[in-house]
Amino acid sequence: MAKRIDVSGLTAFYGSHRAIDDISMTVEPRSVTAFIGPSGCGKSTYLRTLNRMHEVTPGGRVEGKVMLDGESLYGPGVDPVAVRRTIGMVFQRPNPFPTMSIYDNVAAGLKLNGLTKKSELDTVVERSLRGANLWNEVKDRLNKPGSGLSGGQQQRLCIARAIAVEPQVLLMDEPCSALDPISTLAIEDLIGELKDQFTIVIVTHNMQQAARVSDRTAFFNLAAIGQPGKLIEIDDTERIFSNPSVQATEDYISGRFG
Amino acid sequence: METGSTKTTPPPGSQDPAAEGGPKSAKRPGDRIFLGLSKGSGIVLLAIMAAIAVFLTWRAVIALGENEGNFLTTFEWSANSDPPVFGIAVLAFGTIVSSIIAMLLAVPVAVGIALFISHYAPRRLAGPLAYVIDLLAAVPSIVYGLWGALFLVPHLAGLYEWLDDYLGWTGIFEYGGGAPRSLFTVGILLAIMILPIVTNVSREVFKQAPKMHEEAALALGATRWEVIRMSVLPFGRSGVISAAMLGLGRALGETMAVATVLSPSFVIHASLLDPGGGTFAQNIAAAFKEAGDMGRNALIASGLVLFVITLVVNGAARLIIARRKEYSGANA
Amino acid sequence: MSNTVMDKPPVNSPLPPTTLKQPRLPRWAPVGIALVSVGLGVGLGLVAGWESRVQWGLIAALLYLLITYVLTTTIEGKRQAKDRFATSLVWTSFLVAIVPLASLIWETIARGSKVVDGYFLTHSMFGVPNMSEGGGIYHALIGTLQQVGIATLISAPIGLLTAIYLVEYGTGKLAKAVTFFVDVMTGIPSIVAGLFVLSFWIIILDFGYSGFAGAMALSILMMPIVVRSTEEMLKLVPNELREASYALGVPKWRTILKVVLPTAIGGITTGVMLAVARIAGETAPVMLLVFGSPSINTNPFEGEQSSLPYYIFEQWGAGNDPSYDRAWGAALVLIALVMILNLAARGIARWKAPKTGR
Repeated sequence: MAKRIDVSGLTAFYGSHRAIDDISMTVEPRSVTAFIGPSGCGKSTYLRTLNRMHEVTPGGRVEGKVMLDGESLYGPGVDPVAVRRTIGMVFQRPNPFPTMSIYDNVAAGLKLNGLTKKSELDTVVERSLRGANLWNEVKDRLNKPGSGLSGGQQQRLCIARAIAVEPQVLLMDEPCSALDPISTLAIEDLIGELKDQFTIVIVTHNMQQAARVSDRTAFFNLAAIGQPGKLIEIDDTERIFSNPSVQATEDYISGRFG
Repeated sequence: METGSTKTTPPPGSQDPAAEGGPKSAKRPGDRIFLGLSKGSGIVLLAIMAAIAVFLTWRAVIALGENEGNFLTTFEWSANSDPPVFGIAVLAFGTIVSSIIAMLLAVPVAVGIALFISHYAPRRLAGPLAYVIDLLAAVPSIVYGLWGALFLVPHLAGLYEWLDDYLGWTGIFEYGGGAPRSLFTVGILLAIMILPIVTNVSREVFKQAPKMHEEAALALGATRWEVIRMSVLPFGRSGVISAAMLGLGRALGETMAVATVLSPSFVIHASLLDPGGGTFAQNIAAAFKEAGDMGRNALIASGLVLFVITLVVNGAARLIIARRKEYSGANA
Repeated sequence: MSNTVMDKPPVNSPLPPTTLKQPRLPRWAPVGIALVSVGLGVGLGLVAGWESRVQWGLIAALLYLLITYVLTTTIEGKRQAKDRFATSLVWTSFLVAIVPLASLIWETIARGSKVVDGYFLTHSMFGVPNMSEGGGIYHALIGTLQQVGIATLISAPIGLLTAIYLVEYGTGKLAKAVTFFVDVMTGIPSIVAGLFVLSFWIIILDFGYSGFAGAMALSILMMPIVVRSTEEMLKLVPNELREASYALGVPKWRTILKVVLPTAIGGITTGVMLAVARIAGETAPVMLLVFGSPSINTNPFEGEQSSLPYYIFEQWGAGNDPSYDRAWGAALVLIALVMILNLAARGIARWKAPKTGR
């Protein structure tokens, strides 16, 4: 249950402002791809175009092609709701539904898809929570509100919620930026495990994190503030961090700007 | 996603300066005078409230002492006769029934419009629309009353016949002809009148629903309605309830919009569509000019009951708001 | 950790398989269905000969909801149908509600503008019989301006100072009591405020009906609104400003007068103006306390007066065409007055908005 993503000539707008320009890349299945780059370079915007979340923002508009195993995400007749179910997302700040219990949070997506049998729900909820390395910590308080958990636990709850609907791809938008180092480590370990099952794309500000968790790394940059962000290069992570082919990448990685 | 609004972050802690600057600086004459003035104003306000309670109760007690009827159950208002006979049964019934009709009609529609503005309307339409609804909330009730009497009432006969045809068998929608100046019409007009205010408050609440929870639902593959059901409505529920209570408070105490469209009488009909009935405020407006001393006292007694009812409604609204604050605090 | 659970291939996944492409209604479908429903509504209305357009509209709205739901259920599936149903429900509720509100504004403007002219604004009803044309609202305008002016003079200072007390000084039991009773006061029905002044001023102290009596009732209604809005505005003033002033050795009362109030003055003005707009339309207290008079009385402390809202009520009550016309004319003037106050207040609020953070 992991699929390949092929992007070609993708440009995204906010109203008339061009946020990212002409991006093409391939994301391999069952691997972790990290997006790095300075603030404002459009990596998060780009990530949100991959599951059609960008167009939810007022004025958000996309040109170009995104193919999921050869099927276009932006083709005619494609339902954005189905796209988002197929390509899950984890956000910067943990966002469990505050009015729902831990159990209901994980079951939320399942219920949307018509799963109502208690026994089936129980199975999938447990499987997802185990998958997110959270089961042992919460199994005794499944009916407590999700907002009572720590930040790191909440983020893993969100991951459990995302993988419960069995997506093909998991997008993560700086999932650790609001967390402490120990919780960050837990999430990074989890990412390593999840990549056996899913295609994972992660946006991160933290270059060590990109080096630790990803197989491939893409570097984004922008010419100046107000200019659209561009993909500078994408390569194996090892290559990017040891011997990048573009000077700007090396400057960024070695801390000369950004 | 929103128009320029000044309400943003919660205000900074405001008790601090009082705590630190209080006792020392109060010794300066300027400070003492200023504190005295502002404290005095607060006390004046309390005194007014006390006076309202005392004077209304006093006159009401006089009226009740002379009353030959049962204040709660008598279907008659002859406060000027000797001995006076009056009771609030019809008024209480009319006030509550018309307000309930107004709530049933207005609240769902107001929630619909609020959602329309906050989540459905094209953005270019949403801003101006919110502004216009805001302005409509300021239209005086007498204008609603005038419009109701001269425009709405003549247009309702058809609807009444229709309700009679299809729902007449229930008993409460029987219509015997005549001008449709009934409690049902009052309910409709009150609904139209409170619609803008209920819409406004609900819209404010929906607008504050956290974006991140909406995105969480979206990312799970939720349709727009499912997003609203999962993240907007649970967040806004108590806000909508207090908006509804605010509207209810207005509807209960409304005078002019009722006085202009109701043809009053001291009876309770089984059918909502039969002309007749009355409300507290309408009865005060109607009976006041002919009232002698006892008549006025009797009206004051009925006004006191209205006051207590609105107090209870507003108190309930505040309780709900307070509970919501606790709730969101626990989850912050 | 080798995920023993995850390694099980999810062949027995309970979830329905997903395909990105779902059968969907064409983009023009909602508009198309709307047109069909309106057509059917009008057609049915004409055939059945219903007089009321209200029925036509309701039928059309119901048909629209029904057709949308049935069509989407069969073509797009249950979840999409629910979504479309909610969307169409929200749209119809908006349209259904906008009709009466638009009609209210339209009727007032259309019927009122026939009457309002220079003569109407500058003449009273003195000596004008109800049934005949002519007459105007001059006396009512004077009454409204005086009563609202006096009410503002009473309640603005008290409201302002009370708000200052609550925000800048209030911590104890008194402040809590004041806060509570301001809330209670906000909910007083206008007719009850009128009854209070009636019992206290007219019945017990034995004064006569006058504009001032009405103004007192109006000020009871206005006070809590002023307190609430001023409180909100004072709370928006950042504490750093106060502390900076204290650090310079400025006494507290001067800090409030010279630093806090000027910062919040825009918002406070807005609040007061909105409160004025609110009470300018109150009818019930005026009816109980000012009693109404057809002639010009420029002394608010002595004798009966009129006011715009009361004038509307009175002319409506007269029950004939010329007086209805006058009622609409007065309603137009009243709405214009209230709207101008509202727009000006909002203008000031936007112009003088305190710069908070962002």
